[in-house]
Amino acid sequence: MRFTSGVVALCVLSVAWNAALAGPKPASSIPASSLIQPADLAATLQSSTAPKPLILQVGFRTMFVQSHISGADYAGPANEDKGLRRLRERVATLAKDSLIVIYCGCCPWDHCPNVGEAFAALRELGFTQVRVMYIADNFGDDWVNKGYPVAKGS
Amino acid sequence: MKLLARIAAAAFVSASLCGAVDSKAVGEMAPDFSRADLAGKPVHLADYHGKLVLLNFWASWCGPCLEEMPKFSAWQREYGAQGLQVIGVSMDDDMAPARRLIAKRPTSYPILVGDAQLGETFGGVLGLPLTYLIDREGRIVARYQGDGELAKMEAKIKGLLAHRGR
Repeated sequence: MRFTSGVVALCVLSVAWNAALAGPKPASSIPASSLIQPADLAATLQSSTAPKPLILQVGFRTMFVQSHISGADYAGPANEDKGLRRLRERVATLAKDSLIVIYCGCCPWDHCPNVGEAFAALRELGFTQVRVMYIADNFGDDWVNKGYPVAKGS
Repeated sequence: MKLLARIAAAAFVSASLCGAVDSKAVGEMAPDFSRADLAGKPVHLADYHGKLVLLNFWASWCGPCLEEMPKFSAWQREYGAQGLQVIGVSMDDDMAPARRLIAKRPTSYPILVGDAQLGETFGGVLGLPLTYLIDREGRIVARYQGDGELAKMEAKIKGLLAHRGR
């Protein structure tokens, strides 16, 4: 019995240790079916008939203040507990089938520490219509410089 | 209906222009600025007039940035005597992680405390890493967005330093 308890405790510790070492969930953990391209989101925003999603920036405030998608709310960096807490609070009263688009664009897609975590958190909360804007390089090049709608400030 | 669509399109374009950023381009004079370093000492870009400045925007959460920094430290040691000055600007929202990181992995060049206003001064720092090369007269001579540019960057630095040496 003691041996079994010891093995279980070791397994739990091992899982926790690996999770701690693994760092934030990578953007590559997001299924392709949950991605939206910048051009498609811009077209949705431009359309007079398409339903408008709630857009949340799950990155860093320094960048949000300089420029963000028009109408987007700041949720905060999802690689930090306080960012995830803020994200959960922001969506707490929404219907689970609400259309939500999250984005970051702090750095090249494969290096983004935020979108994977934010996507997983929203799915865990039961949201079924979450899309992540695929930003290949950064928000400046892939959204702002394309002429899509932006706003400044906090 | 068509009129409504036109109005919507016009509003879209208008919104695009409002808040748009215009990154500082090669050939323009670099905007002067002053920011504190991690010890609180003010540093002015103008203090380095006459040097070739490598101005690197980075953050503690940016993996590619952290990979570049040891190289920048090495360049500062190797080319500093020839007139290169590397300056790092942390764009972290909160300086605590940047301070911890630099305490663990010190750089051979100053690290300044950046903010959104400084980013806007440079036309928007909307993705990291972002590095500018500023010549001895204060003119931007190269802009590198993203990682994977180190070989190009070093070749450019060597060229600019050699040009001065002739």
